[in-house]
Amino acid sequence: MVSQIRLRSSLLMAPALAWLTALMVVPCALVLALAFFRRGIYGGIEYTFTLENFGLVFDPLYAGIFLNSARIAGTATLIAVVIGYAAAYAIAAAPRRLQPVFLFFAVLPFWSNYLIRTYAWIVLLNREGLITQLLRWLGYTGEPPSMLYTEGAVIAGLVYNYLPFVILACYAPLSRLNPELAEASRDLGASAMTTFRRVILPLTVPGIAAGAVFVFVLSIGNFVTPALLGGGRFQMIGNLVYDQFLTANDWPFGAALAMTLIAIMLLVLTAQALAADRASGRTAEAKGGADV
Amino acid sequence: MSSPRTLLAIDKVSKNFGRVTAVDGISLDIRENEFFALLGPSGCGKTTLLRMLAGFETPNDGRILLDGRDIARTPPNKRPVNLMFQSYALFPHMSVRANVSYGLEMERLPAKEIRSRVDAILATTELVAFADRKPEQLSGGQKQRVALARALVKRPRLLLLDEPLGALDKKLRGAMQLELKRLQHEVGITFVIVTHDQEESLVMADRMAVLKDGKLLQCDTPHAVYEHPADRFVADFIGVMNFVPGKATADGVLAADGERIVGTVPSTVVPGAAAVASVRPERIRLFPSEQTANRIAGTVEALAYQGLDLQLHVRTALSPKPFLVRVTADAADRHPVSSGDAVELGWDAADVRIFAD
Repeated sequence: MVSQIRLRSSLLMAPALAWLTALMVVPCALVLALAFFRRGIYGGIEYTFTLENFGLVFDPLYAGIFLNSARIAGTATLIAVVIGYAAAYAIAAAPRRLQPVFLFFAVLPFWSNYLIRTYAWIVLLNREGLITQLLRWLGYTGEPPSMLYTEGAVIAGLVYNYLPFVILACYAPLSRLNPELAEASRDLGASAMTTFRRVILPLTVPGIAAGAVFVFVLSIGNFVTPALLGGGRFQMIGNLVYDQFLTANDWPFGAALAMTLIAIMLLVLTAQALAADRASGRTAEAKGGADV
Repeated sequence: MSSPRTLLAIDKVSKNFGRVTAVDGISLDIRENEFFALLGPSGCGKTTLLRMLAGFETPNDGRILLDGRDIARTPPNKRPVNLMFQSYALFPHMSVRANVSYGLEMERLPAKEIRSRVDAILATTELVAFADRKPEQLSGGQKQRVALARALVKRPRLLLLDEPLGALDKKLRGAMQLELKRLQHEVGITFVIVTHDQEESLVMADRMAVLKDGKLLQCDTPHAVYEHPADRFVADFIGVMNFVPGKATADGVLAADGERIVGTVPSTVVPGAAAVASVRPERIRLFPSEQTANRIAGTVEALAYQGLDLQLHVRTALSPKPFLVRVTADAADRHPVSSGDAVELGWDAADVRIFAD
């Protein structure tokens, strides 16, 4: 009986496992292997084992790009969390029947292509773009501000693209929060601000963490947004990897960079999973209410 | 029992949500150290009234005077009133001790005083052993005691309890009713409890208010409300009542079948108008004496032993529903009856209550 069930469940899992193995595990293993070989003189790969590529990753030049990527991704994450949490809070506070409508609009940009969404920012930010025109219309006559191809533009693009993740991740715990908890805090003498700090925020941290990790991981490895909105002047790890594979033709170094990036992402995700696991006990209770 | 000093005066308070009037011009006084019950069916406005006392709703009209000061517009964190929520609303990320300390920390009391007051209330509510537990590790009854301790430790002028026993099973509820009474005496705080359970308010309250459709129907001691209900609704809602529909006469009600029920007709009921005569099941005797004012023949349809007493359903010509009769086990032994027996029921004119129908 038991073995039959086990057999059946492993059969059900087989397609997914095969898919993951063929399209995730094998390519990753190939890239990982690549990272330990030498670059051939005329491009290509020389199959001798070396750790040089990983040594080069920690060269100040490249380590600096890692740090820069982390800084940009971190800034984007912070801004996305602040805006996204506020939006999720407002949606969760709206009348029940309007909430799905607001969520729909929050997620709507996802239905268009990532490139198109990023190009939209070029239309907004370029020297004769919508923002400049708006300034002109308001009576501004000076030099058009240079907004495109700045770090700010890259951050804005990242925040915009990943904001819906934060809204959805924060909305879930906020909407499940028993509203009587905030009332109880007020009743016991806490101000609205103290209630937020001591009751609402701690109970919705798992949502914030999930959303933040999402934005950070997707941002740090992103290469489309820095390429389009940064104008190639602001290199992030994604661009560097892209260059190694497609321009410099140094696949082993590109592979070492990619593996380091994956390692960073795995670390962040693991830390978040561990923290969420520890916190899950208290969120289970937060849903509480009359159903106890 | 309760001192006559008024602690809280609710003065013509109304509250509407859009076009729905939840509370409609209610006035009542709650006295110092009283155990007061707000009773009514769901949707009667009792919870809205309670939320206005706590500060979560603002009345559209009227005043709420606590110690003579109008608090109708004072925010919940600035009034000496605490609410024990129906869901208990314990902070799930805090231990029992942290939950109970929270309200005192908000008052910015010295840590030492907070500690001693929390210790004292945990002892009173028998929670010392659970101080370091999280709410999820507690049973329903323990959670309820934490919610109570968290509110009581603030030493409010007024403690509001929203259906405090609703989430507990029946047996525990009975024990907690007495426990709440005992605690109220011990801490000397005025309790206002909201309940839809009439038995609960009869057992616990010093005085009770019966609400329906946002209006106050009656406010009195449980005994007075039970024995002299203000109207037909209250008579039906509190306890069990037998009703005989008919027409009012000068000294009673003329039932549809021509039988007369003798009783005192209140001045509000005009002779000739539609009226109901009513009598409590425990006031009805089997095989009454010749002098009994009201006597009627019937047939026993069903009977049920309930330990101390016996409950009979007796079919009569007086009303479409069978009469409910409660006789003591003693009386039942003297006159054994069984299903299908013809019996005579009787009750005194003084036990009859007459209402407009």
